[in-house]
Amino acid sequence: MSQVSEASTNIQSDERFISIEGIARHYPAPGGDRTTIFQNVWFSVKRGEFCCVIGHSGCGKTTVLNMLAGLELPDEGVNIVDGKAIEGPSLDRAVIFQSHALLPWRTVLGNVAYAVASRWPAWKREQINDHARKYIKLVGLAGSEFKRPSELSGGMKQRVGIARALSIEPKMMLMDEPFSALDALTRGSLQDEVRRICLDTGQSTFMITHDVDEAIYLADKIVLMTNGPGAMVAEIVDNPLPRNRDRINLHKLPDYYAVRNHLIDFLVTGSKIFRDNIPVGYDPRRPPVVRPAAPAPATPGDRKAA
Amino acid sequence: MFTSLNSRALAVSLCIFMAFLLVWHLATQSGGPVQQMDPEYAKLMGLTATKGTSAMPGPLDVAAKIWEHIKSPFYDRGPNDKGIGIQLAYSIARVMAGYLIAVMVALPLGFLIGMSPMMSKALDPFIQIMKPVSPLAWMPLALYTIKDSSISSIFVIFICSVWPMLINTAFGVASVRKEWINVARTLEVRPLRKAFTIILPAAAPTIFTGMRISIGIAWLVIVAAEMLVGGTGIGYFVWNEWNNLSISNVIVSILVIGVVGMILDQILAFFARKVTYPE
Repeated sequence: MSQVSEASTNIQSDERFISIEGIARHYPAPGGDRTTIFQNVWFSVKRGEFCCVIGHSGCGKTTVLNMLAGLELPDEGVNIVDGKAIEGPSLDRAVIFQSHALLPWRTVLGNVAYAVASRWPAWKREQINDHARKYIKLVGLAGSEFKRPSELSGGMKQRVGIARALSIEPKMMLMDEPFSALDALTRGSLQDEVRRICLDTGQSTFMITHDVDEAIYLADKIVLMTNGPGAMVAEIVDNPLPRNRDRINLHKLPDYYAVRNHLIDFLVTGSKIFRDNIPVGYDPRRPPVVRPAAPAPATPGDRKAA
Repeated sequence: MFTSLNSRALAVSLCIFMAFLLVWHLATQSGGPVQQMDPEYAKLMGLTATKGTSAMPGPLDVAAKIWEHIKSPFYDRGPNDKGIGIQLAYSIARVMAGYLIAVMVALPLGFLIGMSPMMSKALDPFIQIMKPVSPLAWMPLALYTIKDSSISSIFVIFICSVWPMLINTAFGVASVRKEWINVARTLEVRPLRKAFTIILPAAAPTIFTGMRISIGIAWLVIVAAEMLVGGTGIGYFVWNEWNNLSISNVIVSILVIGVVGMILDQILAFFARKVTYPE
């Protein structure tokens, strides 16, 4: 009996590994009012899932991420990770910051080792360094251990940030536009690596991005947020592309343009007008899940008629 | 030959120095008018009146004086005749004592002010009023309460060097980048470890800038303080030599004070470079 209930709670916590339940953020506005950045935001992320959030600046994406990190607390609602409400920052949730946030007075190894030593305070220096080196190697920076952040390129700095986040072996990774400051080539190769690492390690990942193609390539699930203030989750796009996609052939996949057009349409118009045209039956607790797909291939008969 | 910037600058420096020595030498060379007077009265009037030579020494007199001091810097022939090395040692010891006490007070207090906006606001009026007070104005109060001239000058050094360190430490601590603090928060770093591994290294360049300003001010103030309280020290030495009308010794003292001040500043600059990080 107890076995059954245990199994069911495991499924429960796997299905809703991260559960965002009705969170809101208000700021005091002049005149005693308050401005609502977002409210009644509900969605969940499965264990091992890669979830991207897309929305325009000012919709509160970063605030949602900071709340998941525990750096901020919601004014309403609650965030639950692995069955526990988030009450503050935790080593279970690693953050990759947009500005890499490396400590400039420490070397690459020093930066990663600092995180490792925070995770396992009882470890000996050698053990800490060995563990840190493993993750520096994983992100392809072996040989640069003793460089300082100022001696690294933007892409290498972000790799150190990724190594630091992975090294503490978190339950989930939170990324705040990690590649937005990088040039296109570096961004591409880092996306490849993040995807590989996340698939290999089975990380649950929550990532903010402005880049539609990045979201399509990386995400299993894309959360669309409307414009702020008063932002809400318009819908959740279930990425129809196969999980073992690769960058080179991405645009040749049959559903690629369907997803891409859907996302761009949302960003260009949908995010603006959604609030005034809320679809019938819209329930903020269960935002509609959409799975864009290519139209069925036209039959020869149709073509003739055209 | 004079291709590099440094060698050209050095050449110009040497030229200026030579020209200065030459002008100095010529200016002190010529004799003034000689007055006829009673020999007894002439003894009182000194060489300026009787032989027309200036009491202002020339560069060669000063060089001879410097050599004299270098030969025996640490002689001690009673309270009014000690070697310049001994006098310097007294001054440096006082500066170090006052300065170290100031470090011990300013760094923790600056940390507190920098970390807590409430304490920053609460202590601000005291700092703003106390900071512009000339440190020598504290001297009578110090002499009355401490009743020891040497410790009073240490107190004056403390009070003058504490403000730049305090203000810079508070500023450096308060302006540590939010993202570094957030790194520590997401890694669940304990407050004490955070203070020593994130805030201290991040604020260290600013703190050392304050410490460098402080040592400069302390060295300026010790000369004036020792002139006031007397007894020992390079400031007392200057004033004593003025009373002896030994302008050579006064000039030597000025040079020595300058050199020691530069060395103190460079020591702090060295440490400041050590803790500075490029971003």
